[in-house]
Formats: sequence, C-alpha cells, structure tokens
Amino acid sequence: MALLEVKNMTHYFGGLRAVHDYNLFIEAGQIRGLIGPNGAGKTTIFNLITGIYRPSEGTITLAGENLVGLEPYQIAAKGLGRTFQNLQLWRHMSVLDHVRLSQYSKISYGITGAFFGTSLRHKQEKEIEEKAYHLLELVGIRHFADQIVTNLPYGAQRRVELARALALDPKILFLDEPTAGMNPEELIEMMDIVRHVHEQLGLAIFVIEHRMKVVMDLCERIQTLVFGEVVAEGTPEEIRNNPVVIEAYLGKEVEA
Amino acid sequence: MTAVSDSYPRQKKWFSSLAEQWNKWFSDVPMMAWLIGGLFSAILEHFIGNPFAQLIGMPKAPVLFGFLIALKTPILIPPAILYNIVIYAIPVLAVARALGNLSNRVAQWMMDKSIVFSTIVHIILLYLTLQVWADLSDYRVLVLKLTLIAIMVTLSLNVVNGYMGEFSCSHPGFMALGAYAASVLSIILFVNNDLFGSLHLPAFLAPFVFPFILILSGLISAVGALLVAVPSFRTRGDYLAIISLAFTFIIKSLFENLEVFGGPRGLSGQPDLSTLPVVFIWAMICIWMINNYVTSTFGKTMNAVRDGEMAADAMTINTRRTKMVTFLFAAFWAGVAGGLLAHVLRYVNPSSFGIQKLAEVLAMVYFGGLNSVVGSIVGAVGMNLLSEALRPLEIYKWIIIPIMIILIMIYRPTGLIAFRDFDIKKLIRPKQKKGPEA
Repeated sequence: MALLEVKNMTHYFGGLRAVHDYNLFIEAGQIRGLIGPNGAGKTTIFNLITGIYRPSEGTITLAGENLVGLEPYQIAAKGLGRTFQNLQLWRHMSVLDHVRLSQYSKISYGITGAFFGTSLRHKQEKEIEEKAYHLLELVGIRHFADQIVTNLPYGAQRRVELARALALDPKILFLDEPTAGMNPEELIEMMDIVRHVHEQLGLAIFVIEHRMKVVMDLCERIQTLVFGEVVAEGTPEEIRNNPVVIEAYLGKEVEA
Repeated sequence: MTAVSDSYPRQKKWFSSLAEQWNKWFSDVPMMAWLIGGLFSAILEHFIGNPFAQLIGMPKAPVLFGFLIALKTPILIPPAILYNIVIYAIPVLAVARALGNLSNRVAQWMMDKSIVFSTIVHIILLYLTLQVWADLSDYRVLVLKLTLIAIMVTLSLNVVNGYMGEFSCSHPGFMALGAYAASVLSIILFVNNDLFGSLHLPAFLAPFVFPFILILSGLISAVGALLVAVPSFRTRGDYLAIISLAFTFIIKSLFENLEVFGGPRGLSGQPDLSTLPVVFIWAMICIWMINNYVTSTFGKTMNAVRDGEMAADAMTINTRRTKMVTFLFAAFWAGVAGGLLAHVLRYVNPSSFGIQKLAEVLAMVYFGGLNSVVGSIVGAVGMNLLSEALRPLEIYKWIIIPIMIILIMIYRPTGLIAFRDFDIKKLIRPKQKKGPEA
C-alpha cells in the first residue's frame, strides 16, 4: 500500500467540474511532480487533499488512515506538511515563532500550562525551541531566527515556509510552486535545499511547479493536469516527449 | 551632516546630550534601586509632604503631582513644580544612584537564587511604594485602585483585539456580568439587605470568601462570552464586532429591566472588600497569567489566527479552540475586574457599562499598543492618570483626550508600545553601565 493514496477524486465548484477522476499513489520517500497550464486545477488538488475543500467524490488515505472529512489541522497533524503558492507567512511574527507554532500538535501541556507556566510547559517549550533551531539550521536560515519575517529577503521567506512545514513532522510534504518568483540563483539554492531535506529526513514530496527545469530535475514521476484531468503520467523523460503535454503547453501545430 | 538634517540641530543636540548625561549617571541603576528610591520618596512625603507644601505656599501636599492644582489655580504652578522636584525627583534620583551598585549586587544574588523570589521581592517593593504614597489621601487610593482595575480590563481586551486581531466590543457587558454577579453574591452572603434577606455569614469570613466570589463572577462572564463566541466564530470578519456590540447592549438593558437587581438605579451596599492590597494582588495575578498565556506556543497561536488563519490551519493549529479559549479567558478577567470595580465603588448601575465604557477601554488598548502587555499597562495607567489630571478642565477634557488619541493613531498607528514581549527577567536583572558608544 502506498503512503498517500488518492482514488477517483472528483470535485465540483457549483456546476463547474474542477477535478475529474484524479488518482495518485505516492510511496514513502518518493518525489512526485504535478504540472499543467494555469487554471488546470493543480492548487485545487492540493487544497482537496489538505482538507481546505472537501472532495465531492473519491477517497484519500494517508498511511492507511482516511483523510476525507477531517479538518485541515487534523490532516496536517497526521503528517501532511505544505507550503503555499503565494507566501502565507504570519507577518508580525519572528522566524523562530513560525517554526515553533507548527509544532502545536505536539504540545500537551494544554490550558493549565499556558496559563500557569507549569514545569511540563517549560520542558516542552524547550524541546520545541531546540527542534525549531535544528530545522532553521537545516534550511540555512538560523541567523534570521529572531527577525520578523517581513524583513527577510524573498528567498529566505520561502525557506521559512519550508522550515515551518517541516516542523510538524510530515510524512509527506506538499510544495506549491516552491520557486515561484525566484531569480535563477535563488532557484538553484532552493532546489538544493529541497534535495537536502529529502535526503536528511527521507520524506515523500509532492511538488506543483511551473518551471520544467525544476520538476524535470527533482521528480521521479510526473503527472500532467489539463482542465482537471490527468492527461499524461510518467518519468520526466516520457513527459518531456509526450505529444499531449507539448500540446497542452505549446498548443497544436496548425496543419496548412 | 547634510543640509536636510540641519533644520533642528540645536534641539537634537540638547536632547542627545541630556540622554548622554542620563546614561552616564543612571544607565547602571537596576529596577530595584528605582523602587527603593520611590519608596524613600513616598516615606519622605509621608512625613514632610504637608508642612513642605505649606512652606512653599500650597494649602497641602498636591494629591496627583500637582496637575489638579496647576489647572485650578495656575498661580500655584511654580510651587507645584518645586514640590515635585524636591519631594519626588531629587530623592528618587539620589537614592537610586546611591544604592545603584549595592542593589545590582543584591539583584544578582536574588537572580541566582531564583527568578520567582526576585520577582516577588520587586513586587513587594512596588506595593510598599504605592501603599505609602496612597496613604496620604483617600483620593490617591481610589485613583490607584481604578488604575489597577483598568490595567486588568485593558490587558484582557488586548488579548482579543490585539493578540488575536478580532474586534470585540463586549467587554463592558462582561464587566457588567462580573460586577453584578460579585455584588449579588457578596450582598447575599454578607450584608443584611431587604432585597435578598438577612445576613448569612459572619463578616470576618468576607475577605476569605471574596476571591471565590470573584472567580465565580469571572466564570459567569465566561459563560456570557460563550454566547457571543458560538455564533460569531463560525465565520470571520466583522461579525464578532456586531454581535459583541449587541451583547453589550443586551446585558445593559437586561440589568435595567431586572427589578430584582435594582433596575436602572442599580445595586449598592457592597461590603468594602476591594482594598488596595486585594486589588493589587489580583492585578498582579492577571498580568502574570495573561503574560504566561501570550508567551506560550499555545497562546501564540492567537497571532497565527490573526495573521493568516489558512496557514494556521495547515500547520496543525486548532484555530477554533484558540479563539474559544482566548475569548473566554479574556471575558473571565473582564468579569473579575468588574467584580473588583463594584466593590471599589460599592455601587453598580447598568448605565456605567455602556458605550462610553467601551470607548474608554478601547482607547486605553489602542493608546498603549496592540499585542503588548507593557503597552496595555502603559495605556491604562496613562489614560487613567491623564483623565484624572485633566478633571478640572471638565468638559474640555473630552476634547483634549480624543485629540491625543487621534494624534497617536496618526503617528503610531499600532499604539505607543506595540508588538513587544514583556520580559520580567530583563526588567529586574542587574544593569551594566552603557558606554558612550552604546
């Protein structure tokens, strides 16, 4: 059984069919890619799996556990970390606090600890902080720990999102266009970090990307989505030469 | 220096040289020495305040740093200033400086023992200073009690409006619930009253039962908060503001129409249980608990809810739980503050928990600074003292204070001291001298 299994997932926005009969099987430790033109429904698929929308039909399981119908925070706590296409950082908070907060599901000191500062709280807060520093180290922004996120350069903000998603101990990580808006230099750094994280933590990764270079380099298998339907699936090499994909991205040749 | 920054060089120079002098003399004076200095000057005033005031031409020692006198009879401004300098400024500065090095050593020693111990010693010093200072007149005691209660209310509203970024208008309602609950309980238990029947418990028990009365009235407020929270936290946006405003009006008209609680005339005859030490202890507990909450990872989820609920959800944070806990917690403290207030004034009526109360509390929160415990303390103390000091201006007070708030909103939109953590360790630790380069 695969780590993440999505079977026959279909979703309607009112009368509009956004996703049709979508299937996905990701094994532990695999890196998978999802490509497709704008508006194909890539982010919708992310939002369906992470619980922001509830699919109209279909089943989703993570490590054998059902995800359909759970709240987003419950799904996240089961081990599904994600980043967002347009940064969703908490703008008044320090980098360290970001990485601490996404360990929320690990704390058990509850209301008593929060109000009265029990010793359990001090112990857990210390663990949380240590882990946060460790993750910041891993993505290479430890020196920014006490900065407010909005003061950081764009590339570093992306890394904060990554570290924050890693802090909830994910079994699988969803990256929604991790290199959007980056210059070539930042892009290469980001790819290195993703590879590094993958090696270090051994988690499965599911990437949405626009830039072919990124998906082709990172992913073992790639799906191509057009109008909510998977039109092609295969290794990067297969996808690159698939006429349907080329058509979806570049259009059809007009026969004279 | 460029030509642009030349516009007011003199003022800048004067200011920076003053700051330099200050650093040279007082940067290594710890909090402890300041508190001892304050205590010394309060004791000094206790003994020579009145004779000295008469000597320099004032009828008696000014109750609130001479603001009231200065506004009533402007001719007494110079003696009032002289009084402040001789009785407060010089003794505080002299004692603080003289004991600076010694208290640094003591503060270090206490810190090494335990931070809790050190904190308690500092709080006791603060209390003694306030107690001796307030001893001189009943008016000071009253102002002090009201200020401490205002701190509690402001802090608890800041938790919702500042830390969590929701706009709640129901604090007067919560205070009313707390005030009435505490009043009714203490009147039933300890006062012979034709409304609720005869005396049940001996009076000497009152101070021991009072904490339970307050906790209970806080819990009753929290139940009221549940009524607001359940419908309004299903969605985001302005709903909470509208529902909570309605809640305040409902509570007010409820008490106006309940004849058993005295209707619009209100309730009076509460026993005198909110003494200065009682109010002070409750205010300290309130600050301590709220500070605990907002600095914990559990409590910081409030900021995540404020700055991006979608991301909070995706990061395992149960946002609904956060909102509920926070809102009920804030309501609890508003209720406790209401109960204390009822026993300070020993009178409650519905009209004191209306829209004007709301404006007052909101002003204190936004004046002091959002998302900041220190800000709320500064806001509550500042606004309360200001409004007392400007009392002789009567109606013009309500022109000056709003203008000040508007100015604050223009130049510091988030308030005086916003987005700052309150670190008790930093406050009470021994200080080192700042070099000229610092």
